[in-house]
Amino acid sequence: MDLITPELGLVLWTSLTFLVLIYLLGKYAWKPIMHSLKVREETIEYSLREAENARQELVTLEKTKKKYMDEAKSERDALIKEAKEIKAKIIEEARTEARIEADKIVKSAQEQITAEKASVIEDLKKQVAILSVDIASHILENELEKSGKQQELINKYLKEVNFN
Amino acid sequence: MEQVAIGLGLILIGVGLGIGLIGKSAMDAIGRQPEASSKIQTAMIIAAALIEGAGLLAIIFAWLGR
Amino acid sequence: MSNKYFKYIIFLLLLFPTTMYGKDHAEEKKENKFDIKGMIMHHISDMHSFPLFSFEKEGKDVHIDLPLPIILISNGQFFFFLSSEFHHGESIVTKGTNSFVLHHEKIYETDINGTLELDEKGHPHNKRPIDLSITRNVFSLWLSAILLLVIFFNVAKKYNNPLKKPSGIQSLLEPIILFVRDDIAIQQIGKHKADKYIPFLLTLFFFIWINNLLGIIPFFPGGSNLTGNISVTFVLAIITFIITNFSGNRSYWRHILAPPGIPVFVYIILVPIEIIGLFTKPFALMVRLFANITAGHIIMLSMASLIFIFSSLAVSLPVSFLLQFIMSILELLVGFLQAFIFTLLSALFIGMAVHEETH
Repeated sequence: MDLITPELGLVLWTSLTFLVLIYLLGKYAWKPIMHSLKVREETIEYSLREAENARQELVTLEKTKKKYMDEAKSERDALIKEAKEIKAKIIEEARTEARIEADKIVKSAQEQITAEKASVIEDLKKQVAILSVDIASHILENELEKSGKQQELINKYLKEVNFN
Repeated sequence: MEQVAIGLGLILIGVGLGIGLIGKSAMDAIGRQPEASSKIQTAMIIAAALIEGAGLLAIIFAWLGR
Repeated sequence: MSNKYFKYIIFLLLLFPTTMYGKDHAEEKKENKFDIKGMIMHHISDMHSFPLFSFEKEGKDVHIDLPLPIILISNGQFFFFLSSEFHHGESIVTKGTNSFVLHHEKIYETDINGTLELDEKGHPHNKRPIDLSITRNVFSLWLSAILLLVIFFNVAKKYNNPLKKPSGIQSLLEPIILFVRDDIAIQQIGKHKADKYIPFLLTLFFFIWINNLLGIIPFFPGGSNLTGNISVTFVLAIITFIITNFSGNRSYWRHILAPPGIPVFVYIILVPIEIIGLFTKPFALMVRLFANITAGHIIMLSMASLIFIFSSLAVSLPVSFLLQFIMSILELLVGFLQAFIFTLLSALFIGMAVHEETH
């Protein structure tokens, strides 16, 4: 029975000690500890959130970078393509022009040659006619009487001769 | 004295069965849902403590009625 | 390095019970009628002095005790003296006109000759003075209080810089503090209301735990059955009871005095049950802690007593030692578990009292 009867003395001392303990520990131990734990937890949470944000930002940056890179690349490709086209065009034009010019030169040269040739032939014809008449007149002077009838005949023959 | 001994034995049977059943169910529940084990443990301890409280009361009464 | 020493210390602590309890009652073995029940009862109840050790000298038993102060109030008068004046209950202490005797660790007022009026069961019914002595349990109580203050003031100092990595004893206690805060207080009471009760719950937990642990130590500063004393558990339960009912909100009292959704005639049965329930909850708390810790002490002492029951020391010593070793480990677990359960149930009751109805 003694074992389950509270003793006044011990009850008083326990109450006193326990209440003082709650007060002292509450004020000088639990309060700073709880505060620090809370601060620490909040700091950790904040840091984690910050890290997550930074990660997100990095991902966005990476994406933007990729986008810009892609854009730049496609622009470059376009530029190169355009340049190539222009180059091909210029070459083509130059080639065409050169051909035309060459054709022109060849043509004029041919014309000149033809003209020269014609005039040379004309001259030659005249020279040959004169020569022939001279020769013939010399011959005929000796054999035949000089008459307009022979001269006419010679001219007629000369005309029929084709030097081509 | 003998009556108290018999009473204590009976209390032990009852409390043992009760807490044993709680333990069994808790183990089953943890086996099924390991992720809820901390909640199950708390609930298990509370239920066991309540049964144990009843058992202790009976022991006290048995002792008082000696 | 410190960890290694710690292991050795624990081992030594576990080794001690056999020799200590053995020595204590070696003298009774000779007479071959060792009163186990009396010895156990003596050890688990409060005492007015702190027994250190006993030995035999020239055929007489010598008990070396730490004398503790006796404080008595009788007829509005205070009396202070040391317990050594009682000489283990053999002497009558006379102070002025009052005489006191110590009979089975209880102090009675007597006449100058120290006569006790015993009834047929052997209980004296002399008048008892108000006994505020610093008994063995009060000594342990203050020792544990000082230990708690020293430990937690030191731990608190380490939290000056909250972002520093925990070190030393702080890293041992921080998980337990967090466990009490998160798994007991916040889980049972709720996040927003728990803050007010956390200091109480933490103090309660560590107070019970450290006293349970001190109770396992079998030699001088420990060994008191403090948390296994009904007065101590009574105070703890009363404090929980007061806090619970003073923080009870409207819905808590309505559920007790006028449970909603129940026909009025059922109130006649239900309301008394609820009101009794108010008291049985802390009562169960009180008895649970008391019974568990006292049972632990009784088992340890019983196992130590095996030495006196067996005739052969060669058999009894290893058996007793082994059993005590196993029980000590179990008691370490029980010490933590009971502190946890007491705190958990206190938090549960407070949580029930402050719970807001969701509907």
